[in-house]
Amino acid sequence: MSKKPTVELKLPILKNMELVATQTADVVSKHMDLSEEKSGEISMALIEACINAFEHSESKSEIYIHFLIDDDNLTIKVIDKGKGFDSSNVKIPNIETKLTTSEKKRGWGIMLIKELMDSVDFESDHTGTTLTMTKKKNTK
Amino acid sequence: MNSVTNVEQKDNVLIITTEGYLNKDLGEEIQRAAQEHMKKGANKVLINLERSNIVNSIGASILIELIEELQEVDGVLAFCNLATIIEKTFKIMGLTKYCESYSTQEEALKSMS
Repeated sequence: MSKKPTVELKLPILKNMELVATQTADVVSKHMDLSEEKSGEISMALIEACINAFEHSESKSEIYIHFLIDDDNLTIKVIDKGKGFDSSNVKIPNIETKLTTSEKKRGWGIMLIKELMDSVDFESDHTGTTLTMTKKKNTK
Repeated sequence: MNSVTNVEQKDNVLIITTEGYLNKDLGEEIQRAAQEHMKKGANKVLINLERSNIVNSIGASILIELIEELQEVDGVLAFCNLATIIEKTFKIMGLTKYCESYSTQEEALKSMS
């Protein structure tokens, strides 16, 4: 049985570097013949995953992105070596609350990733976080 | 290049046109352009995103601040020419509950003015 093709990226923590990941995602999406809609959703989720890794992990080094190409789905892993976080403690944002209180307007990343992808999973401890997200080729 | 490329007033509507990635920097540039005209009384703001086809949640969050600022002066924020993924992102975040989205600038001006 042949090994599934994988694309791996290593991104330095520099401004707008998440766009490098979206360009790679576009190429992978085209290779898989995903629709433009799905391709856009993957890019948006990837932007948010990268920003979270850049900003919230307090990682001082690079982040790693693996695209695992399968016949029926695309799995993307975004890996950082930061301090980790507890995804169950992340508050679900609500625009009404944000507009009627002094609550910060930010904090949408995880919600967007969950809405845009078919499955999302976090593995995190004090040595870092791996976000695994999947887009199915033929559903949604 | 991510920037505000044009700011103009037409039929009492302030039109802010952008190009490139709607990130924190561009969000703040839009906000500054709007605030400058709001000081002079503008309260209807239309953002034309025809040449911005990618966004992040930080840029979008700054637009939520702008909605809040416009609400304080009985104003409105609207968008036109949204890319499909930006429209979907704004919908997930709830911006579309507070802002109309129009297919074209002309359609927006007809409705807003």
